[in-house]
Amino acid sequence: MDRAALIRRLQAIVGEPYVLHRPDDLTVYEQDALMVARHKPDLVVLPDTTQQVSDVVKAAREAGLPIVARGAGTGLAGGAIPERGGVVLAMTRMTRLLDLDLASRIAVVEPGMVNAELTAMLAAHGLFYAPDPGSQVASTIGGNVANNSGGPHCLAYGVTGNNVVGLEVVLADGTVTWLGGRAMDAPGYDLTGIMVGSEGTFGIVTKVVVRLLARREAVRTLLAIYDRMDVACEAVSAVIGAGIVPEALEILDGITMRAVNQTLHAGFPEDAEAALLIEVEGLSESVPVLIERIEVICRAQGARRIQTAATAEERLNLWKGRKQAYGALGKLGRRTMMLDVCVPRSRLPEIMRRVLEAGRRWNVGVANFFHAGDGNLHPTPFFDFDDTSPEYARVIGLTEDIMRACVELGGTITGEHGIGLEKREYLGWMFNDADIAAMKQVKQVFDPADALNPDKVFPTGRSVHGAPRGKALAVPRA
Amino acid sequence: MTGAVAPAAHAAGPAAHLAGRAMPAIPELEACIHCGLCLNHCPTYRVTHLEAESPRGRIYLVNASAQGRLDLTASVADHLYLCLMCRACETACPSGVQYGRIAEAAREVLGPPGPPVTRTLVRLALRHVMPYPWRLRVVARLMRVFQRSGLAALAARVLPERLRARIALMPQAGARFYTPEAEVLPAIGERRARVAFLSGCAMSMFFADINEATVRVLRRNGCEVVIPRGQACCGALNVHNGEAESARAMARRDIDAFPDDVDTIVTNAAGCGAAMKEYGHLLKDDPAYRQRAEHFAARVRDASEFLKGLGLRTRPQPMSQTVTYQDPCHLAHGQRVRAEPRALLGAVGVRLAEMAGSDRCCGSAGIYNVLQPEMAETLLREKMEAIRATGAATVVAPNPGCMIQLKYGAQRFGVPVRVMHLMDLLDEAGA
Repeated sequence: MDRAALIRRLQAIVGEPYVLHRPDDLTVYEQDALMVARHKPDLVVLPDTTQQVSDVVKAAREAGLPIVARGAGTGLAGGAIPERGGVVLAMTRMTRLLDLDLASRIAVVEPGMVNAELTAMLAAHGLFYAPDPGSQVASTIGGNVANNSGGPHCLAYGVTGNNVVGLEVVLADGTVTWLGGRAMDAPGYDLTGIMVGSEGTFGIVTKVVVRLLARREAVRTLLAIYDRMDVACEAVSAVIGAGIVPEALEILDGITMRAVNQTLHAGFPEDAEAALLIEVEGLSESVPVLIERIEVICRAQGARRIQTAATAEERLNLWKGRKQAYGALGKLGRRTMMLDVCVPRSRLPEIMRRVLEAGRRWNVGVANFFHAGDGNLHPTPFFDFDDTSPEYARVIGLTEDIMRACVELGGTITGEHGIGLEKREYLGWMFNDADIAAMKQVKQVFDPADALNPDKVFPTGRSVHGAPRGKALAVPRA
Repeated sequence: MTGAVAPAAHAAGPAAHLAGRAMPAIPELEACIHCGLCLNHCPTYRVTHLEAESPRGRIYLVNASAQGRLDLTASVADHLYLCLMCRACETACPSGVQYGRIAEAAREVLGPPGPPVTRTLVRLALRHVMPYPWRLRVVARLMRVFQRSGLAALAARVLPERLRARIALMPQAGARFYTPEAEVLPAIGERRARVAFLSGCAMSMFFADINEATVRVLRRNGCEVVIPRGQACCGALNVHNGEAESARAMARRDIDAFPDDVDTIVTNAAGCGAAMKEYGHLLKDDPAYRQRAEHFAARVRDASEFLKGLGLRTRPQPMSQTVTYQDPCHLAHGQRVRAEPRALLGAVGVRLAEMAGSDRCCGSAGIYNVLQPEMAETLLREKMEAIRATGAATVVAPNPGCMIQLKYGAQRFGVPVRVMHLMDLLDEAGA
């Protein structure tokens, strides 16, 4: 089928304005929030219904084009970059709340629904949707499902996979099917669990059944301020070791806090090296007791000062500051690149020492703000050269050193941002050939022709960062 | 919200006037890290759900052209001109990207908006009418004759729907223009400040009474008010519509017209305030004016910002009514002034019922509502429903464009609400 005929066929499915084919309209879809790679799609289609998604998938397949689903394009691993061209299926028009079942505490939403808008709609009912990635003001529920997104509060409430009970999916051949359902623990294989986090490589999600939680009676937020990063990290383990699991337990370093203070008056200290941002929720009677215990532990662990949010506005400001941290770092250099790696919580002090060492070794500035309670780090190099400059090798050296250190400490090379094309060449650092072959078999079942978001997740031999990199360190899974 | 407006049905081909042109590689482009947190704050993205109608998408287009990867076409121009220039993205942006400056620089390359005939008319108006107060007055007189002669009523019956809506949008030209009784008006009571007042083009033509109210409030609160005779339009519309060069000439003229020895230059139009605070940037490449422009810009204050800082000396009568407040984009996003007008509302004792999305654009956006009627109407409908839901009898919107649009909206969508300027309300309360 020639291009013009395909365009006409797609226009007949979704309507003329929603098939984008001009160079400018396509250019803006060549990148997501990973700034070091780009590729223009052949076409972009914006469907409005499940049936349209199914028809578009069939049309694209018949034309021999790959299909890349995209939400708001806030992904940091390049998961929505159509590296082989093809059709980008932008789900941003499918934003409806289809059902709100207050008694069952579930909602059925379309994938283009913006995460923060869902929670805003639920506020009047005293409910919320728990996963709260930093991108939540823009990112979509569909994108969150594709990446199994987390967020500061997943320490208490789990990641996306723990909060999604059912999915309507369009499979690679255009078939529409349901996985899971409206109740927890559907019988049979947990196919919902397989679909969540599959980065658009298994199917296109068209409806999501999400679990809703009730807002707690009381919430308190405190900031424990430290002069040394490793001391702050040790306090994290001390709090959790004392049997307290706060709703959120984050660390921000001094570089990040000062950058955030520049853009909004979030109230972070200007002169500290690290701060723990801790939030507890619960009954009005228990929360003050809990927060006092945490304060005592933080002080015993060397906190220079404890600052509690006195008003709802102060609390929101602290969180706004935390959520805008990555964006605020844009002020520090022309380029930033947020990493996403994990270690067991007990290894936080050590990994942070190694991150800072690596920054010095490669002479690249690194800011840190992360989900300390989960051991999920986001070291963020900032620099003033382009990814085409020879100096960029220093950034790659730095990021590889950090990932290697995480693997050595028993952690992983990716936490909540997915693998996309950014991390795919490093999959072998985590898994041996047999592991990867087993994963590929699952992909084969869902998408034998490799039409859905091809070349993502699995190693291709082509690095996103220029020259391909070999297995620098093959560590079999323990 | 649903996609009520389809993506702009734009001309597909290359535009002759854009051939061989490219966007400038201005330093402001470097700040965008493509995180996308702006998307859902952009009114046109919320309606279209298209990346090219988002701030990130538009910056990407400018960047791609600046890097030589994208030819400028009519379609690129349409994306940049579907933008309202509301700058809500600047409020949302954690990296501090100055989107307004990027879009203004891009529009300077593109020239005025629209198909060739529109473009010529807009350029004509911006270059040959806006800078000259007397020509503006002639236009306003003609409008008044049209509106009062029965021609407008006739047009409303016989013209096609699209044109009829534009006539309904036309503000009622006042019977008189703002003409201060003297160039310097003394403070009432003890003098606390000496300020200069921008009488403005739209404010003088359509809202002479609000200018008078503003000056009364300033004087009652101890300000000697200088209203320079040689002043003209601030040039905001020109900057926003690809006519930066004529805007520079207008800025120079106002810089010359305003005395150097006043502490503050007060305006009651949010759009003018935002534009004049940028004079230093606008004239950064003009060695003769750069420093004076910076000195001018540093003294510009919105009337609410200035009065809140000065502190009301008067004891206004408490007013027992419920009002809602529309944040003019160029006050909330352009100047980061949000708390001050609300504080003044509090000072006159009205009950403030906040509407949902008070800082979202009403669709007025200068001449946008005339050039992009469908998008403007979609945004206005949402705005009027938000106002209706508050139950307020009055909506306060301290900017002429917003007031004209909201008055039209109240009529169009049947919302029983009075549209007022903050200074009018303060004056009524005796502040």
